[in-house]
Amino acid sequence: MSAQPSVSSVFVALVRRDMALAWSQGGASLLALGFFLIAVSLFPFGVGPEPQILARIAPGVIWVVALLACVVSLDRLYQADYEDGSLDDLTLSPLGLVGVAGAKVLAHWLSTTLPLAIAAPALAVLLNLPDAGYPVLVASLLIGTPALSLIGSIGASLTVAVRRGGVLMFLLILPLYVPTLIFGVGAVDAAVTMSDPLPHLALLAATTLVATVVGLAASAAALKLAME
Amino acid sequence: MHRFANPAQFNRLADAVMPWAMVATVLLFGAGLYYALAGSPPDYQQGESVRVMYVHVPAAWMGMFVYVVMAVASFAALAWRHPLALLAGKAAAPIGATFTALALITGALWGKPMWGTYWVWDGRLTSVLVQFFLYLGYMALWKSMEDEEKAGNAASILALVGLVNIPIIKFSVDWWSTLHQPASVMRLDGPTIDGAMLVPLFLMAAAYQVYFTVVFIWRMKFEINNRKLSVMRSVDMGH
Repeated sequence: MSAQPSVSSVFVALVRRDMALAWSQGGASLLALGFFLIAVSLFPFGVGPEPQILARIAPGVIWVVALLACVVSLDRLYQADYEDGSLDDLTLSPLGLVGVAGAKVLAHWLSTTLPLAIAAPALAVLLNLPDAGYPVLVASLLIGTPALSLIGSIGASLTVAVRRGGVLMFLLILPLYVPTLIFGVGAVDAAVTMSDPLPHLALLAATTLVATVVGLAASAAALKLAME
Repeated sequence: MHRFANPAQFNRLADAVMPWAMVATVLLFGAGLYYALAGSPPDYQQGESVRVMYVHVPAAWMGMFVYVVMAVASFAALAWRHPLALLAGKAAAPIGATFTALALITGALWGKPMWGTYWVWDGRLTSVLVQFFLYLGYMALWKSMEDEEKAGNAASILALVGLVNIPIIKFSVDWWSTLHQPASVMRLDGPTIDGAMLVPLFLMAAAYQVYFTVVFIWRMKFEINNRKLSVMRSVDMGH
């Protein structure tokens, strides 16, 4: 009879396990990062290489492609564990389903969406973003990417029992990303046009906080119903 | 609450309401359309195109109203395992999606002569478009799984998450100043529309409301019969 492990040690173990899986061969993180780099570099071919046009659309392109890259990486967030039964085991852990969702979302953010925020300035160079935009671009992505993982977790948990749920997940998640996108791009645009980006960043932080509450509760409820 | 969980009870109530609702739909649409198209004055600025309002505004109201109906039904379905509530959400969704689409299309047709463009990406139009996508996502989730109850539960959670969009739609015209006019009927200090226009507007809103009741009852009965049929089939096949 071994002692019950503490909640925090289970949480940390689950985060580490998911991060290791995300970065291992066949993991989603490198694929998402690759998607991000390639999809952004398609835009100069699509809209033409004029530096002014690219500078104007740079914040929007980077944000839109970042959230698409996030959804691309989400379809196995819960599904692999659901299919092989480890999600049932995790349900019995002292974490509870909200804790399991929290750990998996944190691991997804650290391993997949946070690297997008770190890679963003390099892509901004390719798109000729004005100098004033860089700090706010990174700040807005740091504040906003947790919301992308959290809202994405809702879609991943709702489609966990759907065999080919990937495309359906896009349909469910993308409309819910609209506020995050508006405030994120708004902050960078404000910085580029030399006005105050702080109100946008504050609204973005509020979106992330709401997404934390709604996202974890909805994910836990969806997982519970899917496993019945 | 659980009194209505019995399909037989629901059918009895529906059969009692149905004839009245159908008569009211015909009468209200008759009167509403007369006042909207002929019996009300043209606007001093917009001229005759103001008449789009009598189709557009009630459709937008109904798009939100039906969403709330769907969300309340979803909540009841999840909280009390209420089987009829699950079907109520499923029955309401396509009606609400249609009202929302009607609001978007009539809005575009009204926008062209008034604003000079079919579409602008402002807060009101964008949040109504998001509402339309939420309806589509809800319906797609229902169709995505073989286990109807699982699919319905997942869709119900999405409906509840999407509820945050409703206040955004309502207040978008106050938060962002845009081409779309601010609220002129549902105001704390009373409507700012002339009475001659309020009459057809409210008649049409009432007509949409009873029309919704009729179609909703139809679709509920259809869903209940469908459910009975699939239960009978699975019994037949010896499951």
